Amino acid sequence: MCLAVPAKVLELRDNQMALVDLGGTQREISLMVLDGEVAPDQYVLVHVGYAIEVIDEDEARRTLELFEEFQALDERESLGSDTDVPDAFR
Amino acid sequence: MNLLSSFRDSARARPIIERIHRRKTGPVTIMEFCGGHTVAIFRSGMREVLPSRVRMLSGPGCPVCVTSNADLDRAIALARTPGVILASYGDMLRVPGSHLSLMQARAQGCHVEIVYSTLDALALAEQHPDKDVVFFAIGFETTAPAAAAAVLQARARGLKNFSLCSVMKLTIPGARALLGMGDVNVDAVIGPGHVSSIIGADPWRFLPDEHGIPVAISGFEPLDLLAATDALLGMIETGSPDLVNTYRRIVKPEGNRKAWGLVQEVFAPRTTVWRGFGEIPDSGLVLREEYAEFDAERRFSIVVDDATEHPACRCGEVLRGVITPPDCAVFATACTPEHPLGPCMVSSEGSCAAYFQYQRHSGA
Repeated sequence: MCLAVPAKVLELRDNQMALVDLGGTQREISLMVLDGEVAPDQYVLVHVGYAIEVIDEDEARRTLELFEEFQALDERESLGSDTDVPDAFR
Repeated sequence: MNLLSSFRDSARARPIIERIHRRKTGPVTIMEFCGGHTVAIFRSGMREVLPSRVRMLSGPGCPVCVTSNADLDRAIALARTPGVILASYGDMLRVPGSHLSLMQARAQGCHVEIVYSTLDALALAEQHPDKDVVFFAIGFETTAPAAAAAVLQARARGLKNFSLCSVMKLTIPGARALLGMGDVNVDAVIGPGHVSSIIGADPWRFLPDEHGIPVAISGFEPLDLLAATDALLGMIETGSPDLVNTYRRIVKPEGNRKAWGLVQEVFAPRTTVWRGFGEIPDSGLVLREEYAEFDAERRFSIVVDDATEHPACRCGEVLRGVITPPDCAVFATACTPEHPLGPCMVSSEGSCAAYFQYQRHSGA
């Protein structure tokens, strides 16, 4: 029920609507509940026909970089101080 | 999108799985409140790679499942009202009410329309000015902004033939009720990512602060769920329960203030009944007085006083995490997705449906 999917904004339209690419399908969605602005080529999270959030690509990259650090630590077999929850998630 | 599909990359998953295995904890029960997480966890195969001491338990986070039979019966009664078109999200159609489902009501001649969005329900009202379109509004905080937006748009467009039957629910009071009942032991919680995109991560802080239970807000991709599980085990290992957010590309501490503001503009909290829980104070959303003209409950006088549950269905206990679906005598025997006795076997994110699809033969 809370399923929400990423979609790429293709075009902003009147009445707080936007045309998006939803996994290869074009669809018109509402931006009425979105906080702030969105521009074409940005990704939004779409739930029941409404964009509910702009996907923060910088944060996505930061999270993936953190996973790479996990990998680097594994390769060095360094276990000691690695038990803490990463500060990046706090 | 490469960036987002990276969250499904199995090469990146391995180090996180290894971290999870290195965590020094005793047996741990992690509850995922969200039904979407339940399905994502099964689909990813994550249950197979976790240490046996880590038990994943599904919670009540399926709006279709926690809708009471009385509320569903009321929607069916609305659908039977002459001149009414009942619009509903598809998930609800096959759920058996006390006597029949919306699908069966439709087969008997009621006008029931499946809509993907409240935008479609508004369009129905515009296309059928001679009918009353009632939108059966189910859902949690994620879905409530779309309902609020529909009411505001109906008012702006002067639509007089559109109303809502709201059985929407709030997850924080639901989670508090679950823990307050004390019949399930939960060591850590995976917090619902999309609910939190609206209300923010911060409202979940009551779990560590009041219950000493660590919570990790998570997305729905395999790496999101693994990272959340690792963080939870880390907090258990170090004895430092806290709130962490592993879904920062979507969830902000304060959430989507505009969306939540619209919900609060249109709706007020009210006491409502959850399947398996009974009444939970301030856990439902009702239209405010200012928007009473869009409230189907006030527009139509519907009384349902003969709601009953199927005697063999144990969805209530499944939703509270007291039993898992295979513990139910009718699971995968009398109750299947083809012939469901309860909502948890119908909904695409119901626990019983997930167990049926992914784990029926493993005996777990």
